[in-house]
Amino acid sequence: MKLKERKIDFSNMSALIVLIVLCIGLSIAEPAFYSIGNLINILQQVTVYAVLALGVNVVIFTGGIDISVGSIVAFTGIVMGKLIVECGLPDPVGILAALLIGAACGTFSGVMIAKFKLQPMIATLAMMSMARGAAYTLADGQTITGYSDGFRWIGVANIPGTRIPVQIVFMLLLYVLFYYVMKYRKFGRFIYSIGGNEEATRLSGIDVDKYKILAYTISGLCAAIASVILVAKLNSAQSTAGLDYEMDAIASCVIGGTSLLGGYGSVWGTLVGAIIMFVIRNGLNLLNVSSNLQKLVLGVVILLAVLADSLRNRKK
Amino acid sequence: MEQEYIVQMEDITVRFPGVLALDKVRFDAKPGEVHVLLGENGAGKSTIMKVLAGVNTNYEGRIIYKGEEITVRSVEEQRARGVSIIFQEMNLLKNLTVAENMFLGRQPVTKTGSVDWKAMNRQARELLDSIDSNISEKAMVSTLSVGQMQMVEIAKALSFKCDIIIMDEPTSALTEKEVAALFRIIDKLKKEGVAIVYISHRLEEIAKVGDRLTVFRDGKYIDTVNVADVTIDQMVAMMVGREMTDYYPKADVEPGETLLEVRDIRRGNVLKGVSFHARAGEITGFYGLMGAGRTELMRVIFGADPCDSGEILVKGKPVQIHSCQKAKSLGLALLTEDRKSQGLILNFDLNQNISLANMDPAMTAFGFSPAKETKNNQRLADSINVKTPSLAQKAKNLSGGNQQKVVICKWLNTDSDIIIFDEPTRGIDVGAKAEIYKIMNSLKERGKAVVMVSSELAECIGVSDRIYVMHEGEMTGVIDDPKDFTEELVVGYATGAKNMNLSKGAEAG
Repeated sequence: MKLKERKIDFSNMSALIVLIVLCIGLSIAEPAFYSIGNLINILQQVTVYAVLALGVNVVIFTGGIDISVGSIVAFTGIVMGKLIVECGLPDPVGILAALLIGAACGTFSGVMIAKFKLQPMIATLAMMSMARGAAYTLADGQTITGYSDGFRWIGVANIPGTRIPVQIVFMLLLYVLFYYVMKYRKFGRFIYSIGGNEEATRLSGIDVDKYKILAYTISGLCAAIASVILVAKLNSAQSTAGLDYEMDAIASCVIGGTSLLGGYGSVWGTLVGAIIMFVIRNGLNLLNVSSNLQKLVLGVVILLAVLADSLRNRKK
Repeated sequence: MEQEYIVQMEDITVRFPGVLALDKVRFDAKPGEVHVLLGENGAGKSTIMKVLAGVNTNYEGRIIYKGEEITVRSVEEQRARGVSIIFQEMNLLKNLTVAENMFLGRQPVTKTGSVDWKAMNRQARELLDSIDSNISEKAMVSTLSVGQMQMVEIAKALSFKCDIIIMDEPTSALTEKEVAALFRIIDKLKKEGVAIVYISHRLEEIAKVGDRLTVFRDGKYIDTVNVADVTIDQMVAMMVGREMTDYYPKADVEPGETLLEVRDIRRGNVLKGVSFHARAGEITGFYGLMGAGRTELMRVIFGADPCDSGEILVKGKPVQIHSCQKAKSLGLALLTEDRKSQGLILNFDLNQNISLANMDPAMTAFGFSPAKETKNNQRLADSINVKTPSLAQKAKNLSGGNQQKVVICKWLNTDSDIIIFDEPTRGIDVGAKAEIYKIMNSLKERGKAVVMVSSELAECIGVSDRIYVMHEGEMTGVIDDPKDFTEELVVGYATGAKNMNLSKGAEAG
């Protein structure tokens, strides 16, 4: 009992420490880094990725993986654009349709994985291709622009009377919600348990298939939410949107201490992981490092994070 | 001059998080002897052998090997020195053949450097023949029974030129015939001057095969004696530090209504029309040899596996059980044979493991409460005496007996009426076994229907109120009155020599 209360999640802490050290280092190397404006700028860039990572994280907790989220961003964005801009439907209808389709894509992958026992990587690889293909077909090379200010509010507005963008607050609220669900609802415990030992969880009388399908559904839903924010920010929906986003989302989870083996990781760690990625990008930009080299540096960071995960597992 | 001892280990101390696993213990081995290491689960037997074999290199103390003081650094190094270990847990790769497993990492090669399959299979065959095993060297390990895998492990250990062979519970999954074969091998090895370290809980076996005996208790060294000088009762007393009276306690309870009835369950050629019933306030025992289909039957009843046909009635009502959650909601519980891979989440703490089957006691209107969870689970853990510094301990850090108790806690938490124990005491020491029997008896007194699958004859006869016996997927016998429980009768049914489904005249006798 005594131990329990004092238990600190070190994986969380190590990501946080890395972030703090990074920020201090960058502030010294480039004073322009340390300004409220720049920090808000970083967080604004993070939101879409952080929301994506939130859903992917749930899937990874179960020991699965979802690489279809980037394509779902594009697909749901195009559908929403078509409905709102071309068909002239009200904004909420378009948004709702996007969320439903995103969730449905996830459910489809989930059913393939849980019921038909496909490998998560393969099932979501197929979904990645299908969703991207659907986006290309629907968009037919067009970029769909021209949204109402009401629609764009979530992507570009600030909280009235402050400099804090709405999207950051919205993202943080989502994180609080997920933190609560993963930590204080049965759902969260079951998700982790499936990642810890799927067979033991099933034999404890838990509907493993249902929770696995739900995990992928949530991942698809988060991709659709990310898509709404992205379209609102850019005032445009493109079939090429969200390209490679899934990799950044997975990297955020891993940098944040989530184990790809499942059963281990935290919601806040993932946010920290996403922020670390953008702090590095931002810092390298300020230091005038070319974008090609940036990719290389990020690769090294991801490698170090996975290495840390692997070392942690070995210690166990 | 020959060294008297091959190995002497002195003042060995091993610490695990929160546990002092070994506290300055000693152990030695002479060539050509069987040195038995005895102790309850968690006494540290496997721990010290993992030190000797180089699996656990985090130890303090002195190890003198063939007269030289050594530091143990790795399994490979110890193997080169001549230490071979047969693990309690299976370490075979299921998707490779028997021969591939035996020569993993040291396959014979041809001149061109490719694997010499012929030579490998031939050598594997020779090793298997040397232990009188008829397992095919080309068989996929996944198709073998647990007992056969154990024989492969033994053959593999023999393939290394060794001075010491450590056998950690080698017989826990073997049939009697395989055990006899193992004892012949041990005799042969002794004559060749190999030292054998033998870890087992089966006391009759120890009396038969052992030369010297060392007892550990709670990570401490107790004594070393000649096996010939002690009785089995004295062994038990040394192990538990107290006299064991009434080893199989039996609560006197009048059986109540039939809670579970199973009719004509069929599944492929594994279950060939099995029927039985279990009543409240009764322990229904299931005996059989490996592969008799008992585990498979229980898995079907619990919804873990599908069946082709058959009927299940719970409390008199016909039910369809297609999933474990359905079984749980009907008041069934299954404690699986394999605790580590099916019963526990080893990397999770005890709290999470105990709450897994039922989180409701830990829930509040606002969601789940860690404080409430700990309180509820602590009560359960205390009620059956789980030994752990805290519920925040990870399940993998517990001894086998305590792990089993954690699984029991998990199901006590659901307050199920029909509780199926599949091999509840496999690999568990005498003291913890007695405690598990006590728990089963108290469940019986509380009016639960307890179903116990056991491969240990004495246990099955001692604990059960009624015994069903299975043989190759068929129910060959049922003995309703404990007065009729004899080893002869039970084994007769189990081997198929007797069969209640056949007429008297057809019995082979």
